[in-house]
Amino acid sequence: MNFEREHEETREQRAMERTQERVEFQDAAIESAIENFRRSVRAWSEAELSHARAVQTAIRHRSWRLAMGWALGCALVMGGASGVLLERRHQAEQARIKTLQDAEHRRQVAAQRVKDADEELAKVNSDVARDVPSAMEPLAQLMGEDESQ
Amino acid sequence: MAAGTMLDTVSMAAADEHAAQEFSTVVEAHRPQIFRFLLASTRDPDLAETLTQDCFLKAHRNWASFRGESSAMTWLMRIAINLQKDHWRNRRMQFWRQTRTNAVDVDEASDWLPSGESSAEQRLLAKERVAQVWRAVKGLSERQRTVFLLRHVEELELGEIARVTGLSEGTVKAHLSRALARVRTELGGKR
Repeated sequence: MNFEREHEETREQRAMERTQERVEFQDAAIESAIENFRRSVRAWSEAELSHARAVQTAIRHRSWRLAMGWALGCALVMGGASGVLLERRHQAEQARIKTLQDAEHRRQVAAQRVKDADEELAKVNSDVARDVPSAMEPLAQLMGEDESQ
Repeated sequence: MAAGTMLDTVSMAAADEHAAQEFSTVVEAHRPQIFRFLLASTRDPDLAETLTQDCFLKAHRNWASFRGESSAMTWLMRIAINLQKDHWRNRRMQFWRQTRTNAVDVDEASDWLPSGESSAEQRLLAKERVAQVWRAVKGLSERQRTVFLLRHVEELELGEIARVTGLSEGTVKAHLSRALARVRTELGGKR
């Protein structure tokens, strides 16, 4: 009995709501447009649900593309970073070799200078020795003369 | 004692299986409606599918706490609305991310009109009318759109809409009235 009364009340309430809405709609055109809109949404939703497998495949393809994109991006970043690191290492190695070469060059120049100075000194010694007569030369001449007599 | 423990385990397993079956029935019964509401709200089939799955995942996690005070549909719809709200909030927060969405254009959405019109001209007119309603719905606030779709697509009663959205019936009526006014303006060619 209670159930029947509740049911009746609900039906009345729904009827009242519908009447109120009809007043709000004012004309059939809006009601018809909303009805078409409802049918359109339902048809679209049913179509999408029946094509769920295709949608899932598309999502999988998209996920695959996304993963590929990420992998390629990571590879590019890694490549770029390692390139920069290699370049820096190469530059450091070049700088080290240049420093060593400069040091070697300086050492060679210094050695050459020492050698040149030694040679110059030896030459001077030799020239001095040639120009100045020997202190024993007159005596040696005298001794030579005595032997001839 | 051991036999008692074993009986407990068996009865628990049976209860779990029963709950799983019950939940499976609920999913089967309400998934189309939840998906349809989310599709109409977002106009994005991929997003609607994702949010529907999230909705049932959340419902599954909380299935034990569902006491049946409201209908399963009301409970699920409330979860769906909250997920949708969270989604848009997160998108607004992550404004630095790409702002492009996969939402279908309103004209494309209005292509889905079942062939009920007698002539091609009437069909074209009906399609144009549906596109106008879509445009009006697009221009509504999030709350107005939710109320409008629950009323005119899901055909829920005002009391049910109030329970689903957590609003009072008066507020629901006010939102619905504003939404209808917007639709009327759109259909009336922006007089």
